[in-house]
Amino acid sequence: MPAKAKAKTSKSKTGAAKASGGRLLKYVDALKEAVIQEMDRDPDVFVFGLDVDDPKGIQGSTLGLQQRFGRERVFNTPLSEDAMTGMAIGAAMAGMRPIHVHIRMDFLMLCMNQLINMAAKAHYMYGGQVKVPMVVRSMIGKSWGQGAQHSQGLYSMFMHVPGLKVVAPSNAHDAKGCLIQAIRDDNPTIFVEHRLLYPTEAYTPNDAYTVPFGKARVVAKGSDVTMVGVSNMVIECLRAHELLAEAGVSSEVIDPISLVPLDVNTILKSARRTKKLLVVDNSWLACGASAEIVARVLEEAGPEAGIRVQRMGFAPTTCPTAPNLEALFYPNPATIAEAAFKLAKPKARPWKPDPKQAQLAYQMQFRGPF
Amino acid sequence: MEPSSSLLPKDLQRIYKSLRLIRRAEEEVARIYPSDKIKSPVHLSIGQESVAVGVCDVLGRNDAVSGTYRGHATYLAKGGSLKGMMAELFGKDTGCARGKGGSMHLIEANANVLGSSAVVGTTIPIAMGWALAAQKRKTGAVIAAFLGDGATEEGAFYESLNFASLHKLPILFVCENNGYAIHTPLSKRWATEHLCARVATYDIPTFRIEDGDVFAIRNVTAWAVDAARKGAGPAFMECRIYRWREHVGPGDDYHIGYRQKTELQPWIETDQVEKVGTMLDAADRTRIDKAVEKELAEAVAFAESSPFPKPRALLENVYAG
Repeated sequence: MPAKAKAKTSKSKTGAAKASGGRLLKYVDALKEAVIQEMDRDPDVFVFGLDVDDPKGIQGSTLGLQQRFGRERVFNTPLSEDAMTGMAIGAAMAGMRPIHVHIRMDFLMLCMNQLINMAAKAHYMYGGQVKVPMVVRSMIGKSWGQGAQHSQGLYSMFMHVPGLKVVAPSNAHDAKGCLIQAIRDDNPTIFVEHRLLYPTEAYTPNDAYTVPFGKARVVAKGSDVTMVGVSNMVIECLRAHELLAEAGVSSEVIDPISLVPLDVNTILKSARRTKKLLVVDNSWLACGASAEIVARVLEEAGPEAGIRVQRMGFAPTTCPTAPNLEALFYPNPATIAEAAFKLAKPKARPWKPDPKQAQLAYQMQFRGPF
Repeated sequence: MEPSSSLLPKDLQRIYKSLRLIRRAEEEVARIYPSDKIKSPVHLSIGQESVAVGVCDVLGRNDAVSGTYRGHATYLAKGGSLKGMMAELFGKDTGCARGKGGSMHLIEANANVLGSSAVVGTTIPIAMGWALAAQKRKTGAVIAAFLGDGATEEGAFYESLNFASLHKLPILFVCENNGYAIHTPLSKRWATEHLCARVATYDIPTFRIEDGDVFAIRNVTAWAVDAARKGAGPAFMECRIYRWREHVGPGDDYHIGYRQKTELQPWIETDQVEKVGTMLDAADRTRIDKAVEKELAEAVAFAESSPFPKPRALLENVYAG
């Protein structure tokens, strides 16, 4: 079952990429390949952050970069996230293109002053005299007891502030294309990765290419209900899509890919048709990406469109470590499918899939500690 | 300190011009302020001009400065446009930040004046990033990062000292220690006053100037910039100085009780604008004073006559490109 789920996931997500040629590549290797190709192209690109040159190389995503490009362009830092973020901004303002790497998104809380007060605002408050072309890579952890401070999807905090771009690719193809786009973009980009996605594979072109920001992708077609997944929740929605099909419900799955800018139109178009919108986030609901997506869709559509909405995300708690509580904390394909079924068929007898069918390879295969 | 014997009359004139221009520009800002034409919180440098002038007189065009929210002096001393500054304070479209930054975010990219920040200490790592870029690109340029005594209490300050020393970055940290963070004196904030000793533990050469002497500041800067250009890494200079006016706004604040006017008196007696002025030939001084007044009048007229930004400017420059 896990192997099957994995294969289906890859196939359904990357049909477009396959058509343009490429090979199966892991998310983690796609990240690295993007950086290698951009560093080859542009001498102003450099990579730094805690542990980027250590023996594990950020779960492999920076492994070998220092050997290839030298210590000038790939370097470790002290545990000084605040100053290192400011340094990236200063280097970017001076015309370089830094990539600052964080092995957990939780650590970005140490960078907030620089990211919110400087990176987001510099271009505006300095009247357009400077640009801040920097990339902040950050990884969200999940399971194996990652717990309160290694599991947070904090991207909505950055979505709140004008001047930042926020992207959360869900597969290797988009990871490579979005990272190249982020490096070439003249604005600060918060690049959201998910630990469980690292080993997942997708067809990925060999050459450098960009995945444009602000263009969502319909990753599975359907007519009864629209599901929007953020980051790894795209994978979970795709499995729910399969389960729903077995229950006679046709669901559409949309991957926004970039949260800022947000492609509302693609979601709106689908929701107008299905009249039901379920947004599944890898974070809390309050003031989150799901709130923003739902609000934007309903504002645009107006009440006459008659779109019913629902959101799913983290339980409104801190993330616990006990495996049974941790499992309850997150949406999963079974709970997503159950909710989508209810939204699509409010008058039908409630249905829920067998939770065992809902298990995903990337979750089952993951072994800790990190 | 007497000026170095290598300083020629034209050098003294240049230094005086810069000191005088900053002093008069800020006096003019204070004069205009009650008219409400300037709607921007102004943190005047009056009394502190010699630090910016002493440092910037050494720096070349390709060198950079980053400033604090008390940054008019830094901006002007490094070659920021007076017209651009005045228009910015008036909120005009011709301002150096197109009327979107105000007094606390002056910038002039062409003169390598990095923008300043309203959040204390925030520009220190930014300056370090500029130094990192200079090092990587082997430009030979140096940056002077201005900071206040309050900024030395921020974590980013120590993080930056550590990294700059570790990587031998071409940066001179310039602490303008005026003794107060808003109204709170050092005695309520620092466990010890041994700031230079703290910094020195990072293996960074440190210097302390007690009296605001522009020539002493200039000499230390010359040494530090030369060393940094040769790859020796950062240096740190603490300049004791005194803020004559209130923390923010055009007036003074000796009546509210946190400091006594007797503190000010010795600083008036050693006022660097006056001191350097008396070193000039009277005719030269008069000529410079006139030129400063003309420049200032033109800048104010420019700010007055410039248009406000068009409404559409609200949404411009949120994103680059």
